[in-house]
Amino acid sequence: MPDPGQLVADGTLLAIGLGLFLVPLLAALVLIFFGRKLPRGGDWVAQTAIVSCAAAGVWLFGKVIVGHGDPGWHWWSHDAGLEWEWIAAGPLRFTVGLFFDNLSVIMVAMVTVVASCIFFFSAGYMHGDRDYPRFFAYLSYFCFAMMGLVVVDNLLFLFIFWELVGVGSYLLIGFFYDQVEPPKASLKAFMVNRVGDVLFLLGIILAWQLFGTLRYPELFERLAAGQFAALAPDHVLAGWDSQSLLTLSGILVFCGAVSKSAQLPLHTWLPDAMAGPTPVSALIHAATMVAAGVFMVGRMYPYFTPTALGVIASVGACTALVGATMGLVMWDIKKVLAYSTMSQLGFMMMGLGVGGYVAGLFHLITHAFFKACLFLGSGSVIHAVHSQDMRDMGSLRKKMPVTYATFLVSTLALAGVPMFAGYYSKDQIVANALAWGLTHGAAAFVPFVFGAVGAFMTTFYMFRLVFLTFHGAPADSHRYEHAHESPAVMALPLMVLATVAIFGGGTLNPLPHNEDLWFNRMVHQPASAAALGLGLASAHGGSAAAGEAAHGEVAGGEAAHGQAAHGEAAHGEVAHGEVAHGEPAHGAPAHGEPAQAAAGAQAHGEQAAAEHGDPWAHALHEAHYPALVVSLVAIVLGFLLARRMYLTHATDPAEVSARFGPMHRIISNKYYFDEFYARGVVGNLHRLNRGLAWFDKNLLDGLVNLMAWLCRGVAFFSGLFDTYVIDGLVNFWRGFTRGLASVLRLLQTGNARDYLTWSLVGAIILVFVLA
Amino acid sequence: MTTPLLALQAGAPGTLVGSLSSYLVVSGVLFVLGVATILTRRNALYILMGTELILNAANINFVAFARFGGFGMDGQVMALIVIMLAAAEAAIALAIVLRIFHDFGSIDITRTDSLRD
Repeated sequence: MPDPGQLVADGTLLAIGLGLFLVPLLAALVLIFFGRKLPRGGDWVAQTAIVSCAAAGVWLFGKVIVGHGDPGWHWWSHDAGLEWEWIAAGPLRFTVGLFFDNLSVIMVAMVTVVASCIFFFSAGYMHGDRDYPRFFAYLSYFCFAMMGLVVVDNLLFLFIFWELVGVGSYLLIGFFYDQVEPPKASLKAFMVNRVGDVLFLLGIILAWQLFGTLRYPELFERLAAGQFAALAPDHVLAGWDSQSLLTLSGILVFCGAVSKSAQLPLHTWLPDAMAGPTPVSALIHAATMVAAGVFMVGRMYPYFTPTALGVIASVGACTALVGATMGLVMWDIKKVLAYSTMSQLGFMMMGLGVGGYVAGLFHLITHAFFKACLFLGSGSVIHAVHSQDMRDMGSLRKKMPVTYATFLVSTLALAGVPMFAGYYSKDQIVANALAWGLTHGAAAFVPFVFGAVGAFMTTFYMFRLVFLTFHGAPADSHRYEHAHESPAVMALPLMVLATVAIFGGGTLNPLPHNEDLWFNRMVHQPASAAALGLGLASAHGGSAAAGEAAHGEVAGGEAAHGQAAHGEAAHGEVAHGEVAHGEPAHGAPAHGEPAQAAAGAQAHGEQAAAEHGDPWAHALHEAHYPALVVSLVAIVLGFLLARRMYLTHATDPAEVSARFGPMHRIISNKYYFDEFYARGVVGNLHRLNRGLAWFDKNLLDGLVNLMAWLCRGVAFFSGLFDTYVIDGLVNFWRGFTRGLASVLRLLQTGNARDYLTWSLVGAIILVFVLA
Repeated sequence: MTTPLLALQAGAPGTLVGSLSSYLVVSGVLFVLGVATILTRRNALYILMGTELILNAANINFVAFARFGGFGMDGQVMALIVIMLAAAEAAIALAIVLRIFHDFGSIDITRTDSLRD
């Protein structure tokens, strides 16, 4: 195993890491200030910036993922002595550095490539817009924030960039500021995200109080070593045990992801965010920003206790189902995709929550490509027919063959049809959910059931979308006549994304073993907090990590491979322990030894699990094919139903919705979430505000007014003094000086001889005086 | 004053030529003429000449006091310096006169009263 630090030179990684977010920032600044003066509105500035970032991202991807293939590779700028001290206030020190591991390298490559496609697409889509340069400035700014979020090495800066992407989202949703909906939607997105972000910040503060660091490697090291700091006695949570504190902190951190990734119950902003330009929906509200929540949960994965993971799984499963149901009934093409995104994010969260770390994150990556392609495809359609309502479309496949082909490919990928990218990731999630059900009792089957139903609905609404838009008869002949294929600058990005939607799984084998998939080879599940240093019996996460390897042995039949993986894992853990031991700043030596012990015990446990087979690995193996079958059945059923209702019209959709009358009404009204928030939350807040306003007006303002009245009285007398005494003095001196000057100025005639005469007179007087 | 040569040069004591007051009278006359010129003439060139007269009155004083006051060569040296200064001053003053002519179209000193308030 080569030295991980030497794979890519420190300087190169530092330059890439900084360049990834500084170059788009520079482009954004240039465009904000000079965009209108540049030729073509300066779109080439933004495109050059993002393409160079994509080149760096893909190069790094090639070097680290394709060329190297070590799942444990990571690089922390701190180890190379490269970091920046942001705040040093007494004992508080906040530094920021860069952290790369396989996950962030994949994420960087994904974001930059998708963003590049969207930047080019936007050049066509936004062509002729009044604020064309501003659009690219915002897009570049967003890429800056998103890249920063991925590459920083600590939670605090993750949070800062987290907020910055929120601002980017706000700016871009409200891009058409002169229309009615976008400003409202942008404000809503911003406000709803505040709710989650405040909780996220609380979670971060709690993490800081518990561990005294927010840097991921250090945080997880101390977590593994069980180095909890005692909370102050007057802390509001002083009586809690460490396990509960960790769970609470984890759930609070997850709340950040709930709002950012549009999970229940803070999802309401995402559909409204579709008011923004369609490329924005593709980039921010489908591929990258909303995925940041999933990425963050993945990044913080070791931090979550089994309880917290259970919460994540439940929220994810509910979101997957609820999002999918709402997607069934929408008529707005972008709204369908928005709910689909919400549902898919629910799938990812569910995957992470049930212990399918790899599956959830893999889905994040594959989903980004095909969902971006779907959104851009819808943008292409909207561009052509100037409507977002699917009832205005139909039969467009003849007019827009490229859009249709790429859209269909992405739909197949999203539905999870075998051999498309989405299949490999989604199938793993469903398998993990089933395994979770098998190992955690009857109630734990809920995520699997929700997932399976969600998969069925996904297929249904996606094919409903395809049939309504591209098949059948043109609903509006006028719009149909004017529809045309989009220009190449829009079509090419679609093709690129669709290509990744096909080959993103890295294999075309319809029945792959998990370890045949590149992502599974490159990203390994870190042990959850449960297994680390806390002395907990239910080592779900850890056993899941072991389960990967065990699965590899049983299914892959490569014992040597599995053993090698174990060796590395164990080695890595011990090395961590030693680091903790060796650095006094991080804790007393007494802490290091338990860490080592814990690591050793864990390594032992993993080996034992691998040799004797543990329930999780067994369940995962068991679940693989049943889950596959269920998924495929769901897809086929979904497709057939959609075909029956929207292509062959054997069943009238109106009839179906009438039969499910009340339910259809509830779903069409988005489960009344908005109404609930408007009345239950916002309405009550308004009432409270009115009460507070009354208090302000009558009591506080009364006091203030009284003080003002008193001050006025004092000022009146002070003013009299000023007017007559101070001003009087000043005016007296003015008059005096003026009178004197009016006499003296008579002497100044301007005639040199007069001056000479006066000086002669003076001289004579002097002579007589002195004589 | 013991040698004939010196007596010839400075005149004998008691005579008009040999007394300090005769020099002072000449210098006083010169000075008054200079001041009168300056005060009565309007032409800047005459005024310049008046200043020259005043300077030369001072020179005579210097030399006379050096001769009769026993200051050695100090007075002569001062006189040379004043001559030198007078030359420099004349150059500057003529330059100023030229400027006045250029700006006012004449060198009548009473017309140059534009600095009056």
